[in-house]
Order: sequence, then C-alpha cells, then structure tokens
Amino acid sequence: MNTATALKDEAHTHVTWQSICTKADLVAFSGVAAWLETADGPAQVAIFYLPGLEQELYALDHHDPFSDANVIARGIVGDIKGEPVVASPIYKQHFRLGDGQCIEDDSVTLRTWPVRLDGEKIVIEA
Amino acid sequence: MTTPASTKQRLIIIGNGMVGHHLVEQLVEQGALERYQVTVFGEERYLAYDRVHLSEYFSGRDADSLALSTADYYAEHGIELRLNEAVFALDREVNEVVTDQDRYPYDRVVLATGSFPFVPPIPGNDRDGCLVYRTLDDLDAIRDAAEHANTGVVVGGGLLGLEAANALRGLNLDTAVVEFAPRLMPMQVDSEGGELLREKIESLGVQVLTERATQRIEDGDTARHRMVFQDDKILETDLIVFSAGIRPRDELARDSGLEIGERGGVVIDDQCLTSDPQILAIGEVALWNQSIFGLVAPGYQMAKAALATLMGGETRFQGADMSTKLKLLGVDVGSIGDAHGNQNPGARNFRYLDQIKQQYRKLVVSSDGKQLLGAMLVGDNSVFDTLMQYYDNGLELPEDPASLILPSSEGAPALGPDALPETATICSCHNVTKGDICASIDAGAVDLGTVKVDTKASSGCGGCAALLKSVVDHELTARGVEVDQSICEHFHYTRQELYDIVRVEGIKTFSELIKKHGHGLGCDICKPAVASILASCFNEPITDAAHIPLQDTNDTFMANMQKNGTYSVVPRIAGGEITPDKLIVLGQVAQKYDLYTKVTGGQRIDLFGARLEDLPDIWSALIEAGFETGHAYGKSLRTVKSCVGSTWCRYGVQDSVGMAIRLENRYKGLRSPHKIKFGVSGCTRECAEAQSKDIGVIATEHGWNLYVCGNGGMRPRHAELFATDLDDDQLFSTIDRFLMFYVRTADRLQRTSVWRENLEGGLDYLKEVILNDSLGLGDELERQMQTVVDTYKCEWADAINDPEKLKRFRSFVNDERPDPDIIFTSERGQLRPA
Repeated sequence: MNTATALKDEAHTHVTWQSICTKADLVAFSGVAAWLETADGPAQVAIFYLPGLEQELYALDHHDPFSDANVIARGIVGDIKGEPVVASPIYKQHFRLGDGQCIEDDSVTLRTWPVRLDGEKIVIEA
Repeated sequence: MTTPASTKQRLIIIGNGMVGHHLVEQLVEQGALERYQVTVFGEERYLAYDRVHLSEYFSGRDADSLALSTADYYAEHGIELRLNEAVFALDREVNEVVTDQDRYPYDRVVLATGSFPFVPPIPGNDRDGCLVYRTLDDLDAIRDAAEHANTGVVVGGGLLGLEAANALRGLNLDTAVVEFAPRLMPMQVDSEGGELLREKIESLGVQVLTERATQRIEDGDTARHRMVFQDDKILETDLIVFSAGIRPRDELARDSGLEIGERGGVVIDDQCLTSDPQILAIGEVALWNQSIFGLVAPGYQMAKAALATLMGGETRFQGADMSTKLKLLGVDVGSIGDAHGNQNPGARNFRYLDQIKQQYRKLVVSSDGKQLLGAMLVGDNSVFDTLMQYYDNGLELPEDPASLILPSSEGAPALGPDALPETATICSCHNVTKGDICASIDAGAVDLGTVKVDTKASSGCGGCAALLKSVVDHELTARGVEVDQSICEHFHYTRQELYDIVRVEGIKTFSELIKKHGHGLGCDICKPAVASILASCFNEPITDAAHIPLQDTNDTFMANMQKNGTYSVVPRIAGGEITPDKLIVLGQVAQKYDLYTKVTGGQRIDLFGARLEDLPDIWSALIEAGFETGHAYGKSLRTVKSCVGSTWCRYGVQDSVGMAIRLENRYKGLRSPHKIKFGVSGCTRECAEAQSKDIGVIATEHGWNLYVCGNGGMRPRHAELFATDLDDDQLFSTIDRFLMFYVRTADRLQRTSVWRENLEGGLDYLKEVILNDSLGLGDELERQMQTVVDTYKCEWADAINDPEKLKRFRSFVNDERPDPDIIFTSERGQLRPA
C-alpha cells in the first residue's frame, strides 16, 4: 500500500495535516514549490510566506492554467488594492493568494489548501 | 378642542433666524401649539429671512422677498413674535428670560441664536469701512460704504467669503479675495479643485490672493485702507469685508452656566437638550459631538429633533451630512461626504480634470471600489444628484466608477503628429490595434490597467508594454484626463522620483522604501523596478535575501524562463569573440544536460531547456571553463555586437572587436530601466548594425563616432549621431554619462529610443547635458558609473558559492524528483517542448 492511498482513505474520514517542509525551506515574501498528496492524487503546490502579515502562509496550485506550466511559486508576490496576490511569471496574470481567484479572468481559479506552521514544520491540510 | 392657554406650557424660542423659524413651522405643522404657548424673540428688526441667498439683496431682491414668513403667519397661529428685542439673560434660578423690556417666565427654552462672523484680531480691524457679512443690516452698511468706494476686499475665501465677494461685485466694486489657506474653499475642495476654482473666479475679474495673512490695516495711499500681509506685501482697498468663519452666539448659555464646548457652542445631546433639560439648543449655536454645523440643513434636522423632544417623539439628531451643492459667483461647487478622502483609511480616488472646460471631478471610493465615500465637483454640478444617490443610499458603484465622472465621448479628438494610425497593431499577441485601445478608453477606461483587462493588450509576451502605455497616456491626455504617472498603486511616485529618493536617502532595501514612501506589499510592477534602481545605485547581488523576492523569475534564477517553465542559459561572449576551447565546453554542457542550442542575434549561444534544479551544475561547469553570466535575463547590458574590424578586414579602420570587448566588460552588469544593446563597427560599412542599437559606435579615421538611442525590434529607430571622432577615453566617459543619465531619468521598461522621444528638448538637450555638462552632473554620473564598474561581480559565481542561495534552485522543497510535467520531443536532431 502506498502513502497516497492511505492518505486518500483517511481524508474521507478526518482532517489530515501533512508535514511538507520546514520554515527554513521557505523564502520570505516569495514562494517555493512542493508535492502534496491529495484525495485526488499528488498535486504540485506553491507555498508563499509573508512574514509579519496577518496571514503569513498560503498554499495554492503551482500549476499555471494559462501556460500549462508548473511555475506559480516562482511569481512575484504583491497586493492589488490590499489583497495579496501572486503574478504568474509567464503571462503575468494575477491570482489572489487567499482564494486562488484570477484577477484578469473570473472563470479561472487556482485550488487553495489550508496551511499553517506547526513548530518549525509547515503543514498543509488535504 | 383647544386646551386653555393657562394650562399650556410656556415655550420661548430665542432667535428668529432660518433654523428658529423652521422650528416654529414644525411646531405649527405637528400640532405642538396645542401643548405650548410660544413666544419668539429676534434681535434683528426683520422677521426670519433667507440668509443663503443674501447676496441677491444687491441684485434686485429686497428684505420682503427674502423673508421666510410674515407677521400674519405668526399672529394667525397665536405665536407671540417679539422682534428687535434682544435677550440679554437667561435666569435659570427663576426660569425667566430677560430682555431690556421685561422678564418672561418659561417652562422650556430653545436657543436658536445662531452665530456671528469671526473678525480676526488684526490691528485696524475696527476702522470705518471694515465690515462683516451676515445680516441685512450688515448688507446695508456694505452698500452705504460702497457708495464712496471703488475697490473692495473680502478676507476669507470660504463659502461665505465667496458669497460676499459676489455681493461686492454686485456693487460694481473692483473685488479681491484674500485667503489664509493655499486655496479657495479649503474645506470643500482639494488643491486641484481649488486651482480650477481660482482660475474661474479670476476670469470673472475677482482677484484671488491665497496664503495671505493680514498683519494690520492702516491708512492707504491710493485707497482708504492698506492691508499689510505677512511678507510686507500690501493691498490697498476702500472697503474690507471679513468673512473668516463663524462663531456660535453662546453668550446667554455661557452666562447662565450651561455646558459650553472648549472652543464655544452650547453642548447638546441627540435630543438637542443642553446640560439643563429645560433648555434646548439648535442650529449654529449648538455643539453636537464636538461639531458646530455651519449649514442650514443640519440646523433643520436639529429643529426636527427638538420638536420630537418637546412632543415626546422618537426623532433624534444623529449628525448631519455636510454635502453641499453650491453656485458661487456662478461657479458650481459640489462636495459630498468624505470629499478629501481623509476620513476613510484605504479610500481610493478617481479624478478627472478638464482644464479647457474648467471642470474637475473627483470620486472617493472604498478600497474595493464598490462604495462611494465622497465626491468633489468644481465647474459642473450636473452629476451631483446622481452621485448623491450613490452616496446617500449606499448603492454599489458600477464596475468602473470612473464612468460616473468622465464626459461621454464626442468623436475622436485630434491626434498628435506622432500618433500611429487607428489600424496600427499595438499588441501582436492578442491582435490589439490602437483603435481597440481607443474604444476601451471611450468605454470608460481611465488607466493602463483597465485598458489591459479590456483589450488583453500586453498580457501575452508583454513586449508591447511600453508602447501600450505611451498610447494609453497619449489618448487619455488627448481626452483631457490627467494621467497619473505613479509607477503603480503602491507608490505615488514615478520611477525617476523613486530613483532620486533611493539615492538621496541612501535607502538600500525595498522594505525600507515602501515603509517610508509607499504602502502595501508592492507588486510585480514596482518590485522589479525598485530592484533595478537599488542595483543601479548600490550594485548588491540581486540574489541577496533582501532582493530576491523583488526579482522577476528570470533574475531570481539568473536564466530566461521559457514557455514550459524551463530556462535558457546564455553565458557572456563579449564582442562575440570565443575561443574554440570555450566553444567546445558549451557543446559539452549542452550535450550533458540535453539542451537545445541556438546562436542568438547578439553573437552568443543560447542553451534552452535547462531544468531549474540543473542550473547550478550547468553554471559550475561553465564557470570552471571561464564563462561568466551573460545577463540575458536582466534589464541590463546584453551584448556588444561587433564586426571583425581592422584586425582582419581589409576595409576596417579601427579594432572594433577590441573596442566591443572593452565596452562589454565595462558595462556588463549595469542594471537599467530596460535592456541595453551596443554595436561597434570597424568602418562606415557598418556590418555590426550599430545604428540600430541603444549605443552605436562606428570607427572613423580619427577615432569613433557615437550614435545613441537606436532600436531594432518592434519599433525600429535609427540611432542619432551624438558625437564625432572621439578618442577611446572620450568615448568611455561620454557613454558613462549617457547611460547613467538614462538610468536616472527613464521610466520603467523604457528603452533609450522611447526615452529619447519623450525627452523634452530632444537630442539638443541631451547633448547639452552630456557633452556640455549643462546640469553640472557630468562628474557625478561618471563617478557613479565607476562605482558600478568597480563593484561588478559575476552573479552566478556569487550564487554557486553560497549554499543558502543554491537552496532556491530546487523544483520541490520536499522531493528531488524533476517536474514530471516537463516533456520534450525531438526536432531536427534536438529537443523541443512537446
């Protein structure tokens, strides 16, 4: 039995927090990419770290639907009218970190996952 | 059935102004006279009159036509009206109102004594002909004084001051307004609105003097009075009207021991009750929640609340909207809610200024753009009512709120000579023409961002960003919209202003800059721009922790991201000269990491398809072989293209390759507003195509000719001859100055060609600054360039030796697998993205 299957089964019954990496792996005010096991199978997730802000951690799809490349974690983080966003490094569309909504195209949304700091570990619920 | 008079309570209203009279009307309408026996005192000889339209007293209306009521009305309803009888005491011990004629017992009292004009404590303010503007008697005095006067001055440029100025004009006086603040109507309008207002009022022949504090008034030479201002400048006039604000007439309340505000006004609660519950106060004498309301509408609301208090109703005074719609001297002025946008943190503005039609409109909206928080109008109140609807009812604003203040389009305005035809394609990725951009602006877009969303222009490769901006700016300007040159929503500065701030204040990080001079987190516009500025000034490695989040992905990973998320690698090959050994290493590295290879237009070799996690190993191998980074990813010097020159060519007159290598090595790593390309040709045959480069150098018999601001690409531009027959040192110092001046003054992502086209004064100005040192900047520019040259380090060599920086080059932080979604196929014997 592989890990992904086990986690998949558990996800149906209770909340699963996966340990992804440590705080030292993060890049302040930028993103890193990681693998995440989800109920729908493995996913590439972009984790953004905004130290000192009300919400410091965000996790959303690393996959950029406009270019079909896995690059979101390498975008520039900023805000539009106070809402934290990341700009895709390829065609520059902006996605809200909070809910993954694309600012330029209402019909496109990235998946997001709850993420938090557990001691020095970064854990994501999936 | 009428209650016998004896059983009624005695209600005394002190003051018969607009608000006092409104209360009387309310008492009549709401049947309060069943319960109260009402007596009204007025110190003026006139029954309540319309003070709002007082200036019309000089343009035909008399006291009767301004009157709000008649003595008959009062008599009819059994209200005792005692005009010309001033109350001088409120005896709360025995509940009596005292006048010079009698004592009147009361059960309840309403103070509606209003306010008086404030006369600043200026020596000479009591001279004959120094008057105020409040009552009909004041106006008679002004009229009498004006009979012997040619000129008049109003002290105070607020609402009432401008009314007074209108009155003086009506008396055919040569009129001036003197205002202490930097603009007229400082409460209602901002500096831009104030400037427009000034223009309009001056065009009516009224002189406007702002930032003037009168120090004293004395005998004049050419007129009756001489006003002396803070800078000893003087103004002579025959007549002075003070209209420098109002003060509450609270002396009765003060003398009788009622609670008074620190700066005057009878303190009232929501029921308009003073500290003595038998006594109420309404109108301009009343202080509610630390505020005096100097408009008639809030006074009327207080009257309604007072009525409820007297009759046991529910209406309470809960503050009043100070929105006003005025016509002063024939000029429309409108102010709604938080017109200055300073009462709502995070409020955003839309502003429209038309200096031809002299109209200014400003919207203050909530940070999400959905609610109208305030508005300001000068010169045209036609949209006031609509805006008031949005404001009053909290209606959600249209998607583009600016459409509320933009004029409807009336055909295409004339275009400048520079302008492209409507059919010109601006964005080739999305096939957006200039006509499409105009349509977007006509449909209400007032900024670059909106045009981008509307048309998708510049959301493809982004190569047209600068062109798009200049077209949008041009079109907006052509429509009379003032173009906000702020770099983005996080900084209200241009790139050039930010550059100056960074240099002058020695700011070395983005976080310090945004903390001191901006707000929010920044964005993908300001962050790379500031990163570039910091690098131009201090040349710290761009991969340092403080700078890394600012960089576009290309700078972050020091390689060029391609469409599938892989990178291309371009080592520097200065002047296009490369040894066979190095050429072999490039081939070996490409083989080992399976990279697609192609020769670039800049005479070097591009290696495509590198995975993020392979970049450090690739660069280790390249650095080992003596390569250094080529900055193909940066807004910085790219290549210096050269022909083979006099060394081999039978026509060459100078060593163009040698010069190209020296130039490339001098300026490599210089961060600039956009990429910079050079070319060096060894003779006039110009095989290096130097005249299509930002910097073109062409050999002559005597030295070098320097050409500047050329461009190939999307908008080709021939470089212009800048200087001739320079020796090597002159060539370097001239290019030092030129490049650093460009770095300092250009907009973000503005190539030298566009910069040059937008430069006021053009090539002649540029020659003055660079060659003749007209700004005295020459030495400083050269020193600054020398600092950049001296601090050059290969960024890849720096990163390779820093394990912390190398951590960034992982596809995944929790797995060493490469990204499985990157798939290649084969074509012509090499890889390509599938």
